[in-house]
Amino acid sequence: MSPLSRTPRDGSRRDPLLGEALALAAAVSAYGLSYGVLATAAGLSPLVATLSSVVVFAGSAQFAFVGVLAAGGSPLTGALGGVLLNLRYLAFGFAMAPHLPRGPLPRRMLDGHLMIDESVALALAGPRDQLVRRFRLAGLAVGVGWVAATALGAYGGQLLGDPRALGLDAAFPAGFLALLAPWLRSRQGRVAAVLGVGIALALTPVAPPGIPVVAAALGAVIALRVAPDREHRDPDPADDPPQETP
Amino acid sequence: MTLTLVALGLLAVGSFVLKAAGPVAAAGRQLPPRVRAVAELLPAAMLAALVVTQTLGADGGLVLDARIVGLGAAAIAVALRAPFPLVVLVGAGVTALVRLGGWG
Repeated sequence: MSPLSRTPRDGSRRDPLLGEALALAAAVSAYGLSYGVLATAAGLSPLVATLSSVVVFAGSAQFAFVGVLAAGGSPLTGALGGVLLNLRYLAFGFAMAPHLPRGPLPRRMLDGHLMIDESVALALAGPRDQLVRRFRLAGLAVGVGWVAATALGAYGGQLLGDPRALGLDAAFPAGFLALLAPWLRSRQGRVAAVLGVGIALALTPVAPPGIPVVAAALGAVIALRVAPDREHRDPDPADDPPQETP
Repeated sequence: MTLTLVALGLLAVGSFVLKAAGPVAAAGRQLPPRVRAVAELLPAAMLAALVVTQTLGADGGLVLDARIVGLGAAAIAVALRAPFPLVVLVGAGVTALVRLGGWG
């Protein structure tokens, strides 16, 4: 698809992006509610709890942080655990970088702040010429939901009950599985996924939280060696060069 | 409270550095071919790892609970090419039903 054909002709194939982003934002928001509740229960003021969702914006790390606080641990231990959980974003960031526009520094920093599992997965699962739009829209939708829900939970207390009773803890792996599907069409992608699963499962019982997913990145390195295939290197049919967005 | 705020600040800064290092340093730059090939394949390995750790992980260990049933249902939905929101809904809904039934 040439860059010029981007704006018109989209009506023929309805863009599912909004639905995808909203589905993830809804699931994330349910967790934002419980994060707000837990954070205030762990001793953060509602304002600090809400601001933490703005400035950290990494759900698992925030849960880890308030979990340590609630258990009476040192806040510094909690921060270290949260940072470890976020190590995967270093890898995601470099995987996304070639596709992101080299705009002014503040714009690149903002793109970095929007680097979360949901935005990365939605961006890379779609067509390459939509990648930047998908990444930013998903990041913003999830971010708005996350912060608003944190505030609701922190100021309003328990509104939803236990998200687990609604099965929302399974919403995330279900969503990530759907977003993983395009890679499973190539042999190399399947090998990488299987290796990632094996590494993560082997390490989960023995390594600190966050490390198994980071170590799973090795699965991609090994897959390149054991399953070289030139034709299906990329899940996207058109291997477009990264493209500046307006 | 002060120590908590300092720790929260460190978490925010640490998270931001990790998240923004790629875009700030390398946005729009072509990575060397080998690095690029790995980067293209990274999401497959790491998304798969996220799927299993979020399905089976609990308190630093592995458990089989209602989530695995929800994920199985979601996998069927994916195989049937269900739209994304439906996949998420099936995963959550089936898990909730299994829990309602008293398991996991």
